Amino acid sequence: MVTPLVRARALRKEFAGHAVLRDVDVEMRRGEILGVIGENGAGKSTLVKILAGIHRPTSGTLELDGRPVAFASPADARHAGVSIVPQEFNLAADLSVEENVFLGAEVLTRRRTLDRTGMRARTAALLAELGANVTPDERIDRLSAAQKQLVEVCKALAFEASLLILDEPTTMLTRREIDRLFAVMRALRERGMSVVYVSHKLAEVKAICDRVIVLKDGELVRESAIADLSPPEMARAMVGRELREIFPPGRGEPGAVVLEVRGLSSPGAFHDVSFTARAGEIVGFAGLVGAGRTELAEAIMGLRPATGTVLVGGEDAPSRNAREAVRRGLGYLSEDRAGTGILPGFPIAENVTLVSLRDYCRLGAVVDRGKEGEKARTWRERFGIKAPDLDAPLESLSGGNQQKVSLAKTLDPAPRVVIVDEPTRGVDVAAKQEIYRFLADLAVRGAAIVLVSSELEEIIGMCDRVLVMREGTVAGELQGDAIGEREIMYLATGLQTAGAIA
Amino acid sequence: MNGTIAALRRLEWERHAALVALLVLSVASALLSPFFLQWQNLLNIVRQVSYTGIIALGMTYIIVSGGIDLSVGSMAALVGSLAVLALDAAVGAGWPESAAVTVAVGCAVVAGLACGLVNGLLVTKGRIAPFIVTLGTMAIFRSLSLYMANAGEFRSDSSLFGELGSAAPMGVPVPAIVLVALAAALSFVFRRTRYGRYTRAVGSNARVARYSAIDVDATRLAAYTLTGLLVGVSAALIAMRFNSVGSSTLGINYELDAIAAVIIGGTAMTGGRGTIWGTVIGAITLGVINNMLNMVGISPYLQGTVKGLVIIGAVFIQRQRQ
Repeated sequence: MVTPLVRARALRKEFAGHAVLRDVDVEMRRGEILGVIGENGAGKSTLVKILAGIHRPTSGTLELDGRPVAFASPADARHAGVSIVPQEFNLAADLSVEENVFLGAEVLTRRRTLDRTGMRARTAALLAELGANVTPDERIDRLSAAQKQLVEVCKALAFEASLLILDEPTTMLTRREIDRLFAVMRALRERGMSVVYVSHKLAEVKAICDRVIVLKDGELVRESAIADLSPPEMARAMVGRELREIFPPGRGEPGAVVLEVRGLSSPGAFHDVSFTARAGEIVGFAGLVGAGRTELAEAIMGLRPATGTVLVGGEDAPSRNAREAVRRGLGYLSEDRAGTGILPGFPIAENVTLVSLRDYCRLGAVVDRGKEGEKARTWRERFGIKAPDLDAPLESLSGGNQQKVSLAKTLDPAPRVVIVDEPTRGVDVAAKQEIYRFLADLAVRGAAIVLVSSELEEIIGMCDRVLVMREGTVAGELQGDAIGEREIMYLATGLQTAGAIA
Repeated sequence: MNGTIAALRRLEWERHAALVALLVLSVASALLSPFFLQWQNLLNIVRQVSYTGIIALGMTYIIVSGGIDLSVGSMAALVGSLAVLALDAAVGAGWPESAAVTVAVGCAVVAGLACGLVNGLLVTKGRIAPFIVTLGTMAIFRSLSLYMANAGEFRSDSSLFGELGSAAPMGVPVPAIVLVALAAALSFVFRRTRYGRYTRAVGSNARVARYSAIDVDATRLAAYTLTGLLVGVSAALIAMRFNSVGSSTLGINYELDAIAAVIIGGTAMTGGRGTIWGTVIGAITLGVINNMLNMVGISPYLQGTVKGLVIIGAVFIQRQRQ
């Protein structure tokens, strides 16, 4: 039998005594694409971070090419041939593509100066190989998400890598960009490289992987050739139960208009947007990335200067900042959890009350921590947040649980209008289903929900009405049975598209 | 329940690290010199560190909120000068001495508050980096006090003022009492009130705070204004101590000592977390170091070296812990 490229034995990782990876045995063969799937908190990221030298295992051993290895750092792993493209990009925004690709491993000339010609040529060659439409001297902050990702791949490949790890690489990409990435992965496989592909998107796993392992609660519960496992079977293995209809059933007739936006404009972002949302209604905002949806949400919340009228419950009082918006009954879940959503170093309870802290104060100033903790426990129960200790920092939770805390923070002041921006980004199927249920529940209780999403499935499955934005204006509105992929894509792009776009 | 205990341990360690370092230093000092543990010596240390310690309490709020204030030393000179001018004017106008002293203290506090407000407004409304703003006001405040005094000193005409400076009810110097009382109050505000929570949130990630409907500007402005007020209190106490204010000598290096106390006390320079009592311990640690070096007879010129090493060492240890 051939030695596998990587063999992990009894890998175990504990954070503060809490095991997130429990004695996992796994092998990676040469020239294969291995899918790693599992729910949030199943240990997928932890596993690949150990492989890439970001975490050190609490116990267990790792062999590369039959030799035992213990990576002290990501640089260490990279020298040994293991590179990772992290879920959250790790690029210096002010530096050029070339400078980023060789960051920390610059090639020098004999005179000990930077070999810029050599590095540029190598970067250009790699970019061409990946089919990236980027030049080596472009600055990172001018690039799109997909381009940044290719730069990350470039960085991983600039050194002789034998194992490339991609952690949730497709969350920010369009269909076409995903196809491009898959072509790159196949080309790498042809060259004998192994690729580890961590994803929530089971159809993609089915399409690209040769083999798949399923993690559940830190244990490896299934390992199989891809041909032997269909996406529904994967989902079943992940959650250990049947996933029924993922979207909650329809709701009753909506009530009175709660939110009315009239002729709202923000220079450079969107222009003359008008719409209404009723109590008990879920209104979707679809469109391509950059169509102005997030900017619209921010303007309604007073986070971005805009002209026009925003009426909440018929009252006209423009919000100049988020405080006024919250006071008027608006709530906002931002799309960028790490950048604008939560404070990872703060305890869970303090994150939950970040917006509504005023309601937990005696004499208007002194925080009643008993009341605060009680409310945090209520949210933990209601949202099924997996957290043993509410005083532990939020960063100790998995991404899906952090998202639930972020949603709890948004909902804690009991807003009448809830604007959620990409509420299920980077979240697994089970957590997604839960979040959909919470949102539908809120609507039933009489809140108006505005759902901004790039996932068409979500828009179609959840919304009573959909507004499609294109280049900063509302291109059209769809209702009831008219809400479909083709119709939305037609409005979003202005082009008749041939196939369905997921 | 186990989780709660674990969380408590984490928190306590943060605070106790500085305390343990102080105890080790104190034991070493006691071994090196028999005079160290004498009541009078200990009180002297506390008195000496009180002036910068009071300022450092405000500096903790500023640093936790993600800022810095380099102007506190110059501000103390300016505010102290104004206080003595007010005192002398009141005495000259024939006011009773107690009223004149009250006017002087009030003047120091109000002037300090105004100076802090200027810093805060430039940082928040002017959108200028705190380092730049306070570097500028540091030069301005010092220059104004030098100009007013023609680089000389303002002497107080009130004997009561000077007597208060060395007053020590039940043996405890007034500045030490003020430091402890203010630390207790500000620690409560820091840990238990909405404003304290917001200060940490703003320093931890200002964008998250803004999106969470927190008034980031008001929170920062309050930190600078509070520090200005505390500089006023401190300046009044120093002016009492010397019964005069030297425009070129008062407050020299106070900004460095205050920042050092905050850092040694375990507050993160990057903002987002810290403790008030840690800062008090940090300030006392600096005092103990000076005291020990004096008693052992090491050249005062080398004290800066030791202080510098302790600051760097404290941050180094914090880095290891993370």
